[in-house]
Amino acid sequence: MSASIETTPRGRTALAEVAVAWARRNTWTLGLIGLLVVFLSLTKLIQPNYGAPGIQGLAISILPIAFAAVAQAIVVMSGGIDLSVGPMMALASVTSAVLMKGQTELVAIPIVLGVLVLGLAVGAINGGLVVVTRVPDIVVTLAMSFVWAGAALLILNTPGGGAAPWLMAMISGPLGNPWIPKALILLAVIVAVVWIPLRRSTLGLSLYAIGSHPLAAFRSGVPVGRTKILAYALTGFFSALGGLALTASAGVGAPVPGSYTLQSIAAIVLGGVSLAGGRGGLLGPIIAVIVLALVRTDLTFIGVDPNWGTAIQGAILIGVVMFGSVLAMRKVRA
Amino acid sequence: MIDGTPDLLLNATGVAKHYGAVVALRSASLAVRPGEVHALMGANGAGKSTLVKILSGGVHADHGTIDVRGRPFAARSPAEARRGGIVSVYQEPSLVPDLDVRSNLRLTQTPPEAVRHWLAELGLPELDLASFARDLPLASLRIIDLARALAMEPDILMLDEMTAALPANLTERVLEVIGRRRGTDRSVIFISHRLIEIGAVCDRATVLREGSTVGVVDVTAGSEDRIVALMLGDIVRGGMVVPAEESPIAARAADAVSRLTARNLTVGTKLSDVTFDLYPGEVLGVVALEGQGQDELFDILSGSERPSGGELLVDGVGRSFRHPADAIRAGLVYVPADRAEALLMQRSVRENIALPFTARFGAWGPIDLRDERRKVNGAIATLQIDTRAAREVRRLSGGNQQKVTIARWVAGGVRTMLCFDPTRGIDIGTKQQIYQLLRDLAAAGAAVLLYTSELKEIQLACDRAIVIFGGRIVAEIAVADADEATLLRAAYDLRPEELMPEEIASAAVAVEAADGGPGSPP
Repeated sequence: MSASIETTPRGRTALAEVAVAWARRNTWTLGLIGLLVVFLSLTKLIQPNYGAPGIQGLAISILPIAFAAVAQAIVVMSGGIDLSVGPMMALASVTSAVLMKGQTELVAIPIVLGVLVLGLAVGAINGGLVVVTRVPDIVVTLAMSFVWAGAALLILNTPGGGAAPWLMAMISGPLGNPWIPKALILLAVIVAVVWIPLRRSTLGLSLYAIGSHPLAAFRSGVPVGRTKILAYALTGFFSALGGLALTASAGVGAPVPGSYTLQSIAAIVLGGVSLAGGRGGLLGPIIAVIVLALVRTDLTFIGVDPNWGTAIQGAILIGVVMFGSVLAMRKVRA
Repeated sequence: MIDGTPDLLLNATGVAKHYGAVVALRSASLAVRPGEVHALMGANGAGKSTLVKILSGGVHADHGTIDVRGRPFAARSPAEARRGGIVSVYQEPSLVPDLDVRSNLRLTQTPPEAVRHWLAELGLPELDLASFARDLPLASLRIIDLARALAMEPDILMLDEMTAALPANLTERVLEVIGRRRGTDRSVIFISHRLIEIGAVCDRATVLREGSTVGVVDVTAGSEDRIVALMLGDIVRGGMVVPAEESPIAARAADAVSRLTARNLTVGTKLSDVTFDLYPGEVLGVVALEGQGQDELFDILSGSERPSGGELLVDGVGRSFRHPADAIRAGLVYVPADRAEALLMQRSVRENIALPFTARFGAWGPIDLRDERRKVNGAIATLQIDTRAAREVRRLSGGNQQKVTIARWVAGGVRTMLCFDPTRGIDIGTKQQIYQLLRDLAAAGAAVLLYTSELKEIQLACDRAIVIFGGRIVAEIAVADADEATLLRAAYDLRPEELMPEEIASAAVAVEAADGGPGSPP
């Protein structure tokens, strides 16, 4: 029928409209993509032989912190915060490393899945405590960060254990084209598979709703407590993925992995997630992680003292966020 | 249990609720017939809002039975209330600001087509469902709330002060749409401070007083007076009017220089054209139903908010406050209703009282402890503060906390005190002490502006009262005439009839004459 002839042009304009609408709603993410391009060019300029291997190394090194940022973003968008992201990663990392040591490749599969379930459970415990005790989330998760960190050290008090070769192979090396690192594809696939269906469901809407205005959400019929527990459980799930990424990239379990919690907060702030809740996405934080990593590499390349490097990173963070809010204020006034 | 009354859509009887020792609802009943618009009325503290919360699923009743269409109704959340057949539209918007309208509809599983239909009926056909709730004006949000509720097709639609934030033309559309529900098999519970709206759309009104249902009135022409009489109860008949206190200072206030003058103060749509004088030596009462602009007025006077128009004179000099510190420097000190807003709850009584006069920029550096002790002790004695638990203010009783909020200002000497419902939720004995204190302050030459939600306080503490309704001053009443009935009528903007017709008529004639009149040749 003639309908099929009409569909193509109409479909294309609809697609363009969707793209424009997306761009309008995600100006911050677009700006970040611009910033990413700037820093990539800068890197190439500073080190002309930066190429495919550099990109691959970058992808592997950012994988744990990218998962941490995704984990943090979900709970912050729903109006909470989780200071135990780093320790939850450690717990997942050592659990997987200890269990996988000396096991066959096949047995490693249920172990990995089990660790993900453990992440969900640990996160749900955080969320349950926040909802049931009504103690502020920042206090509960700070306290639980000590608990999870201690638990990780009880399981493994120095780096050790092992990782299944297939797990390590999943994140190292390219996928077809040498410019496309496996780690990045893995990140994209996992986040897309979990987040996109969720984002489109009523559950995803509820996550944003309780972060934006809990009372309005309650009055709209959202089960606020249950949704909050789910948000924390998802944070635990992505933290566990971050922990698995740590094990996979090092080949051993990491009981004291470093300051992932605070780095995750830095990344989501730069990534356009409002600490007041209700606003933001997952693409922004992931790009922010890459930008922050590039800043670090560039500063190392030009021979800046690493201690100055962190100070400069901090200054960039404040500068970009301030610039962003000034732009937002202009937009409101205009 | 089919023995009940099958022709009632909602039947609530003996509903009670208490919070600790405080009885919010003693025994309320509400019977709504199918196809009627039923008003729920009651003065502040009558239990109206508690009953509303129970019906909308926010609060669970202690006793009583509630049936909707003959089925028992016991909701623990708005979602359950909706399943039980009651959907509420609240006083403030309940759309999630960071979601677009369509997502907000998806959140409540409301079909967008039905909402579109109702939006068109309510006068907003053009609304873009892709716009974020946070970008929409308040009036549109209210209309969307209502359209969404209508689209859910509830047995009972409960509107709690929903017309409060609407401009006149939208209010008209809303009333029209509500009116059309009459005679169907669905009903509306309508709550409004505006008696005109009650008269326009309601069939019957249930009146609550002190936690109990005291009457059900058929709404007809002239039933407003019966409703007000029921809300007031004995007060209208009983002679508990306290004789007005003769204040010699207030008597000569007229020729004194005013301490504080407001000229045409305006804040957006909340407050318009507010003009009054406050003289030294008087306590001026402010009377208003909830949300009539009194909050904004006090925010302006205390320097927390800036007016969008009008001017403020202190001792005859124009002032504009950028910060509460500016107001304090000009001698305007503020006692809020919420004590937590004023006090450092974890600090001692002494530190709390001393803070206002040690917190000045110039006074940084060592504190003159002897002077501080003298002033603080003076204030504690004046207010008779019980200092047994003085190390942490939060451990004091509510009444003692309120005394501390006043003592903070008394210690440094008061010129003008702005009190916003200072006796809310405190015991009767302390209330008496606070009235006396305000009188004493006035007698010593201070000027006091007192907003109160308890109408009888006007005659206990004030020299005269102004009444605010819809952001405007609608009446000024001398204390001798300020009995509760008069104040409540004024607060509902029911004017004495004899004022109106001639004035309007003469004004109309004057306009016509100025235009040259009909048929007058050039």
